Amino acid sequence: MVEGFSVIKVDVDMDTCQNYGQCVFEAPTIFRLNDDEKLEYVADADDDLREAVEAAIDVCPMQAIRIVE
Amino acid sequence: MASASPVRAPVLIVGAAMGGLRAAEALRKSGYAGALTVLGEELHAPYNRPPLSKEVLSTEVTHAAVAFPSRAETADVTWMLGHRAVAFDISAHTVTTDDGRNHDWSALVIATGLRARRLPGLPELPGRHAVRSLDDAMALRKELIPGARVVVVGSGFLGCELAATATRLGCVVTVVTSSVEPMIRPLGHMLAAALRARLEEEGVAFITESSVESLTSHEGRLRGVVVAGGDLIHADVMIEAIGSDCNTEWLEGNGLDLSDGVLADNALRVALADGGILNDVYAVGDIARFPNPMFDNVPRRIEHWNIPTDTGKRAGAVLGARLAADGSFEQAVAKPFAPMPSFWSNQFELKLQAFGLPGLADPDGISILEGDLDGNVAVGYHRNGRLIGVVGVGLKAALLPYRQQIAAGS
Repeated sequence: MVEGFSVIKVDVDMDTCQNYGQCVFEAPTIFRLNDDEKLEYVADADDDLREAVEAAIDVCPMQAIRIVE
Repeated sequence: MASASPVRAPVLIVGAAMGGLRAAEALRKSGYAGALTVLGEELHAPYNRPPLSKEVLSTEVTHAAVAFPSRAETADVTWMLGHRAVAFDISAHTVTTDDGRNHDWSALVIATGLRARRLPGLPELPGRHAVRSLDDAMALRKELIPGARVVVVGSGFLGCELAATATRLGCVVTVVTSSVEPMIRPLGHMLAAALRARLEEEGVAFITESSVESLTSHEGRLRGVVVAGGDLIHADVMIEAIGSDCNTEWLEGNGLDLSDGVLADNALRVALADGGILNDVYAVGDIARFPNPMFDNVPRRIEHWNIPTDTGKRAGAVLGARLAADGSFEQAVAKPFAPMPSFWSNQFELKLQAFGLPGLADPDGISILEGDLDGNVAVGYHRNGRLIGVVGVGLKAALLPYRQQIAAGS
């Protein structure tokens, strides 16, 4: 990550994602399940949310989430 | 030990799987910057096990496909892989590995997990398999070729997943189980019977309330499995999925309560059989037997996927506060810790997901919350009238309110 840059890039492999929604509990401002029960997410997150996104990565049963550095 | 030395022995984490990794990360996040060593029996860096019976087995099995991403905070962790802990001395603060070396530690995290239980009294033959490690999955994958006749022994989640995956790969699969229905212990009879019917529709044969009596071989290779009553099932491959045993033998002789895993308190501090609590020795993952106030104060081991992560983070944070020696330790210990057990299982098109501890339900406490057993369904598990577990088939977002209800207790 570039020094002084305060944004992290969140990436979800949507082919792998099975919409379990575990990430929603860890980082509700980044991830949500829409009305069709499909995952939607915000790709640009404030660096303050890094810990929450990492927690979401940790609980994803499919290990489909990553932070692109 | 030279008292003049200002250098403390490292924090030693024994076990380099998910629980050990999360403990290391959490310890670093807590601010601990001292020496940290992770000792692991397998040569592979930490990886995710569930795909070994599912997705990964359907394709090529590689470490890259299942490895956990490494994070910046663990860049300076010393990984000692390929070494198995064989002994532990609580007063000397050492761990001995299988190469005869002693490793000093200032604090210890026990994360040695489980190993696959094997059927006793049967000859070692090519064709016999168990699936716990990546190497196990790689070896099995080679033999799951179209037309192969496969016997899966055991009908828990792992056995049923393996049966489904092998069937999808074109194998002819028979499940031999001592149970009345597959997955009955956590799920109860109603849902288990419904799932069995759906697995049978997909082509999996079940021989229930049975056991393996003996094996037949030809030219030194497995050829058949003889079950109770004497029936012979032709088999090129037998996969033993009859449960797991705790890797705790190396801890014996130190006064720990090892009657079922490693007894610990809610902060994951290891408990002595005489009731004492160790502030510098922690247990995480499948082998940690700890009380979870979401349910009650009974210490339990929970073999669910999320538990190594939750307990690893918890132990790392508490130990980090202890090592910081800044007065935050008592506060860290007292911080509420009530992890939500969760697991999922994919078997053909069946997508199961569960929260809580369904296995604790009262015998008459199991009921359908929504849907029906032939299709998408949510089954509720109650104890003393309280929802303590939910299992969904084909449901995801619909389960989340139940998850919250379990977490809230009442």
